[in-house]
Amino acid sequence: MNDNTMVTIMGFSPLQLMFYFAALLAIVASLKVVTGKNTVHALLYLVVSLLAVAVCFYLMGAPFAAGLEVIVYAGAILVLFVFAIMMFGLSQDETINAPQTQVFTLSNISLWFGPSIIAMLLLAQLVFSIENSAIQEKLTANIIDAKQVGILLYGPYLLAVEIASFLLLAGLIAGYHFAKPEGVSIDKQDEPGRHV
Amino acid sequence: MSAIPLSHILILACTLFTIGFIGVIVRKNTLFILMSLEVMLNAVGVAFIGAGSVWQQADGQVMFILILTLAAAEVALGLALLIQMQRRFNSLDIDLLSKLKG
Repeated sequence: MNDNTMVTIMGFSPLQLMFYFAALLAIVASLKVVTGKNTVHALLYLVVSLLAVAVCFYLMGAPFAAGLEVIVYAGAILVLFVFAIMMFGLSQDETINAPQTQVFTLSNISLWFGPSIIAMLLLAQLVFSIENSAIQEKLTANIIDAKQVGILLYGPYLLAVEIASFLLLAGLIAGYHFAKPEGVSIDKQDEPGRHV
Repeated sequence: MSAIPLSHILILACTLFTIGFIGVIVRKNTLFILMSLEVMLNAVGVAFIGAGSVWQQADGQVMFILILTLAAAEVALGLALLIQMQRRFNSLDIDLLSKLKG
């Protein structure tokens, strides 16, 4: 109804306030990652921290980077972490000493409570900033879309893209080499003397 | 001109980087060290995107994509090394890796 109160709250525009809130959530989640005892718990907080940073990217006018952050970082890299933790088992984990009751206690819900609260806050923030016309007006004014990034990637930065592909290939080969079980060699099985 | 001042974006990036750096220094579990490294790389990405949005150039996002590939390769390698370490020492304590100490 009165737009003048919406435009600036305490001298900040609503876009700025949204950014500061997402930044605060990212910092809190990162602190929980660093100070956590339980690996799975810390991993959940790391996902939430990356999501908060993605919201920051969106509010900075880089929706392509925000999508990449969610898909590649929170979607692919963190799944690697999850698989690694599954391989290590829970022997590295302090929760093995936790009480194994099925009762709905405070310590039970605290496992997923914090990350889900922060994720809900981020969702509410995103919905609010999509619905708010003042924020959208400011966002569309200075947006850098995927087309500009693609033109740069395959223009002046072509050599960097090639080098990045080499880096990924090196990571693939080295990951295969190091994660192979010890003493198992593929060419040893094909030696003719073994098939007696 | 972006709506968010560059100094505030840089403060966010510095804070996240410091949190990750403290994690790398303090933690003894190698898995947590890798997670803190992720937080540090992410902070660098925030700085690049912020600079790109302030000057309205797409170069910042190009750099962010390169950081993304770097992080993917680093995590794949680091987790493979961690699997080796778990197999050898049955532990992820970073202090066990002291063979190179003189």
